Amino acid sequence: MVDPPLGLLAELTHRCPLHCPYCSNPLELVRRTDELSTQQWCDALTQARALGVLQVHLSGGEPLARRDLADIAGHAAGLGCYVNLVTSGLGLTAQRMAELAERGIAHVQLSVQAADPALADRIAGTRAHQHKLAAAVVIRDAGLPLTVNAVLHRENHHQVGALIELAERFGADRLELANTQYYGWGLVNRSALMPTREQLDAAAPVVRAARERLAGRMDIVYVVADYRERYPKPCMHGWGARQLTVAPNGDVLPCPAASVLPDLVLDNVTRRPLAEIWYESSSFNAFRGTEWMREPCRSCVRRDDDHGGCRCQAYLLTGDAANTDPVCSLSPHHHVVADALADAGPAELVMRVP
Amino acid sequence: MITADARPRLRRGILLRYDEIRDAHVLMYPEGVLVLNETAAAIVRHCDGAATIADIMTALAEHYRGVRDTDVVDVLARLVDRRMIEVAADG
Repeated sequence: MVDPPLGLLAELTHRCPLHCPYCSNPLELVRRTDELSTQQWCDALTQARALGVLQVHLSGGEPLARRDLADIAGHAAGLGCYVNLVTSGLGLTAQRMAELAERGIAHVQLSVQAADPALADRIAGTRAHQHKLAAAVVIRDAGLPLTVNAVLHRENHHQVGALIELAERFGADRLELANTQYYGWGLVNRSALMPTREQLDAAAPVVRAARERLAGRMDIVYVVADYRERYPKPCMHGWGARQLTVAPNGDVLPCPAASVLPDLVLDNVTRRPLAEIWYESSSFNAFRGTEWMREPCRSCVRRDDDHGGCRCQAYLLTGDAANTDPVCSLSPHHHVVADALADAGPAELVMRVP
Repeated sequence: MITADARPRLRRGILLRYDEIRDAHVLMYPEGVLVLNETAAAIVRHCDGAATIADIMTALAEHYRGVRDTDVVDVLARLVDRRMIEVAADG
């Protein structure tokens, strides 16, 4: 029995003014000329709502790079969806924010790369930080709830406390401190980005104390560094269980990283009805439930909780998407994670291009 | 501790709506959606920051038989834990 989806991640474009070396977009980005049109996005969203989607994350790349963002946002809000704008803040003028707020955006997620401008701009690969300070003001002036998102890695992990203070200054309702997940450009830069055990140990009490101090004012969500966990993350709450991703060209993905899986035949929202893709496609059914599992997952008591971890990570690290996520200490391939941790160390960052 | 004079309300950024696809009320928040059962939906509909817990119980008693005070407090406590609802006590 497959439930209808709750959420849709709309990757409106892969274009982005930032060059973050941990970007989870695929290495082969969709070109502007291959992006869906306004009408195609609106049609996809109409189908998604009819299918059961209640939450739409407008993301990218940088969604503000689409001049028709307000039209797409307005369409999704008009369908009754909760519309979340996921942005770097670059290009978010007061005028654009007012327009988006008027069209029914419910919430904004703003990324920051570090707490101080010099490091933040180095990680972003461009002068980005000052624009984020301005964007935070514009978002609050529009009266919208704000989540600040910071991806953590070796280069900025020591700034966890300062990032919390920055989010407080922004007047954020929520702060996500998310350790890097190793997909796309993040995997290319894994060695350099991997935080040390000491960094993770130092961050834990800082986050704990801040949560206590800020209780009721600002929620702090901490996404763990899964390579150093005993068991894998319950990726996507299970394959094809709650959310779908639509790539800039209309390809429909069970997981944002799933375009790396070579055997997965992706359907496109312009060529097949979304409901059919969700319920009947080979891609969405590939890893639903537990039937596809091998040992040690198949007989594991945790199989319904963590769903075997992440299919894309299993493929990227073991060469087979049906293997147990090797982050799991029970995986016969766990040594690849141990090796990656042992090999991690300072290295030149490969910035995302273009 | 949720007391009878507390006035629960939805937190900023949380929206309540009826979803005709699921035939259920849902709470939508920045990172997800919570599908409510009938009891929870009946309680949350009254959480406007003006009604007290006592008011909500009175209102529910008019439509549902056998609603206990502890049911209401339990549901609200769970929603406070999940950061959907906040309560401001008087005084």
